[in-house]
Amino acid sequence: MNLTIFVLALFDGIAYAALVFIVALGLTLIFGVMRILNVAHGSLYAIGAYATVSLTGAFLAMGFAPVFAFPLMLVSAILVGVLLGGPIEWLLLRRIYDKPEVLQLLVTFAVFMILEDVQRLAWGSQPYFQAAALQALGNVTLFGVTYTVYQLILLPAVALTLLLGLRFFLRRTVIGKLILATTEDREAAQSIGIDADKVFLLTFIVGAALAGLGGALASPTTSILPGMGADMIVLSFAVVATAGLGQIEGAALTALLIGLGRSFAVYVWPETAVLVPYLIMVLVLLVRPEGLFGSPAARKI
Amino acid sequence: MDTVSSAARPQAPATGAPGLRLLATLLAVAALGAVPFVAPTMQLLVNLALAKGLAVMGVTVLLRAGQVSFGHALYFAVAAYGGAFLMAAMPGADLLLLLVAGVAGATLAGLLVGLFVVRYRGIFFGMLNLAFSMIFWSILEKFYHITGGADGIRLPRPTVLGMELGRGDFELVLFYLSIALMLGLGWFTIRWFASPMGQLFQTIKTNETRLEYLGVSPRRALLSGYLLSALLCGAGGVIMGVAQGVVTPEYAWWIRSGEMVFIAVLGGSGSVQGAFIGALIYEFVRTYASAFAGDVWQMLLGGFLLVIILFAPRGVIGIVEAIGRRTARSEDTR
Amino acid sequence: MKKLLVTSALCAALPMAASAAEKPEALKIGMTTFLTGPASVFGVPARDAAEILVEDINANGGINGVPVEITFIDEGAGAEALTSEYRRLVESGAAEVMFASISSGNCQTIAPLAEDLQVPNFMWDCGTQKIFEENDYSYVFRTQANAAPEMLAAVAYLLKTKPDFTTIAVVNQDYAWGRDSWDIFSTALKAMKPDVEVVGEFFPKFGAPDFSTEISRLQALRPDVILSTSWGGDLDTFVQQAAQRGLTNTSTFVLPLAESSLERLGSSLPAGHIVGARGDHYFLHPERRDDDDFKAFMEKYEAETGDVSVYPVFHAAQAFAALQAAYEKAIADNGVDWPSKEQLVAAMDGLEFQGLGRPVKIREDNQGVEDQLMGTSVQAGDYPFATLENIMIFDGDELTTPVGEVSIDWVGGLDASFLDGLKVDTFEN
Repeated sequence: MNLTIFVLALFDGIAYAALVFIVALGLTLIFGVMRILNVAHGSLYAIGAYATVSLTGAFLAMGFAPVFAFPLMLVSAILVGVLLGGPIEWLLLRRIYDKPEVLQLLVTFAVFMILEDVQRLAWGSQPYFQAAALQALGNVTLFGVTYTVYQLILLPAVALTLLLGLRFFLRRTVIGKLILATTEDREAAQSIGIDADKVFLLTFIVGAALAGLGGALASPTTSILPGMGADMIVLSFAVVATAGLGQIEGAALTALLIGLGRSFAVYVWPETAVLVPYLIMVLVLLVRPEGLFGSPAARKI
Repeated sequence: MDTVSSAARPQAPATGAPGLRLLATLLAVAALGAVPFVAPTMQLLVNLALAKGLAVMGVTVLLRAGQVSFGHALYFAVAAYGGAFLMAAMPGADLLLLLVAGVAGATLAGLLVGLFVVRYRGIFFGMLNLAFSMIFWSILEKFYHITGGADGIRLPRPTVLGMELGRGDFELVLFYLSIALMLGLGWFTIRWFASPMGQLFQTIKTNETRLEYLGVSPRRALLSGYLLSALLCGAGGVIMGVAQGVVTPEYAWWIRSGEMVFIAVLGGSGSVQGAFIGALIYEFVRTYASAFAGDVWQMLLGGFLLVIILFAPRGVIGIVEAIGRRTARSEDTR
Repeated sequence: MKKLLVTSALCAALPMAASAAEKPEALKIGMTTFLTGPASVFGVPARDAAEILVEDINANGGINGVPVEITFIDEGAGAEALTSEYRRLVESGAAEVMFASISSGNCQTIAPLAEDLQVPNFMWDCGTQKIFEENDYSYVFRTQANAAPEMLAAVAYLLKTKPDFTTIAVVNQDYAWGRDSWDIFSTALKAMKPDVEVVGEFFPKFGAPDFSTEISRLQALRPDVILSTSWGGDLDTFVQQAAQRGLTNTSTFVLPLAESSLERLGSSLPAGHIVGARGDHYFLHPERRDDDDFKAFMEKYEAETGDVSVYPVFHAAQAFAALQAAYEKAIADNGVDWPSKEQLVAAMDGLEFQGLGRPVKIREDNQGVEDQLMGTSVQAGDYPFATLENIMIFDGDELTTPVGEVSIDWVGGLDASFLDGLKVDTFEN
């Protein structure tokens, strides 16, 4: 493998990892705070993408410039968080926090099944493609290979901003500290007057919005079609479990590891590209059961 | 935490009158056995449900230890592919040979994976199983020239005790074999739960540390249960593959595993009978909803599951038992 | 004397009367098609077309006075639901003739099932050439071509229009169609042009949402020609991403299924790339576009769906044309009012029928012989999407694997002279 190919694979890997990280971020945040592995996260990702495509299409049809696609991505993400994430937590998850893990997981699985059909009813089964945002930013050529600015620069930049922003939010702001306190010990937090219900609701809305944002950002780079959520969710599971559940920085590194692993596989042995994320996951978990960055959970006696 | 544990506690007396329960089970089995004559168009559907029910029983076993696997479709697929490869290597192989080979393959796979995953609990146990099944799925998808890729490989009709049967006769044989497996393996599983190893296994759910104080290795207990669950999934996989005549990587896809857990909880988590009741309900809803309301069958099933979890967490079997208990009580008072 | 005559007439009529069937109230058809899932890009247009076609047949008095009724089965619900629903339909008498299916995997599952159930089954859209090469069927027929002639047409068009290329790469979906079509294409290409070098083979997973890495790799490899037999969302994504990053400027794309994506791709597919249609299917078919029946159907379809017709629509039309022709032939051959199942199946041998393209003929091995249309994309401005120019229609007889031969061996035995002997009709647009 010569240096050029190495660099090219690196670029591809980073662009891919950025997208996976944004989705995995929401998943790991929700798990970290609420101890719920949200299977419906994949559906929220898909709906974020669908919403962006519809909104952008409508705005372009009204004669707005393609750059409006960017604010519309944020709008879609917030809509997903508030209109879907909010009710899911408020109507369903709130009732099952004291139930066994299995049942919690299955409730989100049921929501996933329902949302898969909702997508089909709302958007049909024909693929959508809306790349106005990506075209607006143009291309760059490196080593004779043309990349889109959107994938090579914007996506990694957004991913990095979200990582730093979320760190800052959790460690430096009051709401963030409340969330962390609730995560550490829910009962103690409640005894000092923190409204745990509100914290959970807020966390879930933010997590769901991140899933929606992942979908919104992915939308110009891919065809939007039924089933896209099911693929993304297993990949984010792999990232989140490999990193250690609830580990935000870990998720960033793991996403990078998986993204690079996949793109190098495409360059070296394309047939194994699908296998790479799961192989990494199994190998890591066999050596470190709690994930790369997780700490062993205290045992209940 | 009360939902599953009451079913899991082995020393809990059978609810209602035991005789009543046995009678209900026998009646249900007799009704199933009559399907090919009373409602022949349902036969295949019921057979597929029975195959799934066997696999769901495997997931149910793990639920008794409080563990949930999101990757048990792996064993389902290993057995089905094992059968298909055997048929390709030995055209006209016997159905029973196929069953034994498939189940042996699934159990062996269960041993290999089980040795690793029994060190984990809870979400990690589930995720690691998921990862193993997804690896197998990727291999099935990618190595097209061996596995037939996404389209899978055909599993031609095997012979039965040396006889080549026509479709109708063969399906009848397969149907009653499935019922026999349901009874035999179901009985074995219930007996196993009551055995010393089975009791230790179920203690993992309630108090694992106590096992260690007793000087028992929880990993060994979990591994034996894990092997049983892989075996059961394998039996289901072979029946499913033979009934459909084709095996595809979709057998190992994570949604299949999710479906199995789904059915287990739907029927009644931890209940052997519930596994089959759940599988029958699931298949019927799926088939009829997709025939009459093509776009929303997933939504219906998802909604159904939510209602069960929120309002009847012990599943359909729990509802049935509650009714049975009430009847029994009213009889007692009389 | 009179009595005797009547008796002998009765006797003569008896064998026929015994085997003919009573005229039913309606001819019930079951059609499997993708209503959900990625392949619904084919299945939904086909269903819409089938509904229009049934309406048209019934408006014209049905088949010998018998109206046609159609029931659809969703292939997207999975193989289990498909087979049980298929059986239910046939065994309960809700369908006398089946049209199945789109997916090659489903065809391979259903062909032996149809044979067991003894129900006439028209394979109306699936591509795998293996069905009749690996098994003999008496109830299963294919009312269209298969992967072998479809790929040969693409190779022939490529070699005729761009004879000097030296390198090729492939990006196909990772499932039977993607793999098998590449096997046939590459075998034929190597046989006819041995100096071609294959520089890259990519089989991204079916339904892959992103081809960025493959495109980077292709840009580094710079092949003269890139083949992709992908379809639906996969093809759309691949072409759009390739166009965005300029790959369509440096390599010629050969896209044997892109006719079905032209409208969705809009302006993303630039001029100069090779487009196929799995048969002579094109909403501006150069020989048929001025025919009244063709124009009437195209207008009706566009009015009802808002889209132009794509190849599955043509395949559905062929299945119905075959159905009508077979019943009419069986009725005429046997002098009956309504044919029995056996008479219908017997009429299929050598049957000729015409849907919306050129006529198709069923061979003795039950395989249909269908002509193949290929063209080059052009953004002419008449439509908001690419249309075709330099269209060639190849003769199906010459491209279809001879009866009794295995496609992959047969195409491997061809050489450059095969190309020169082909009968081709060329049209400017």
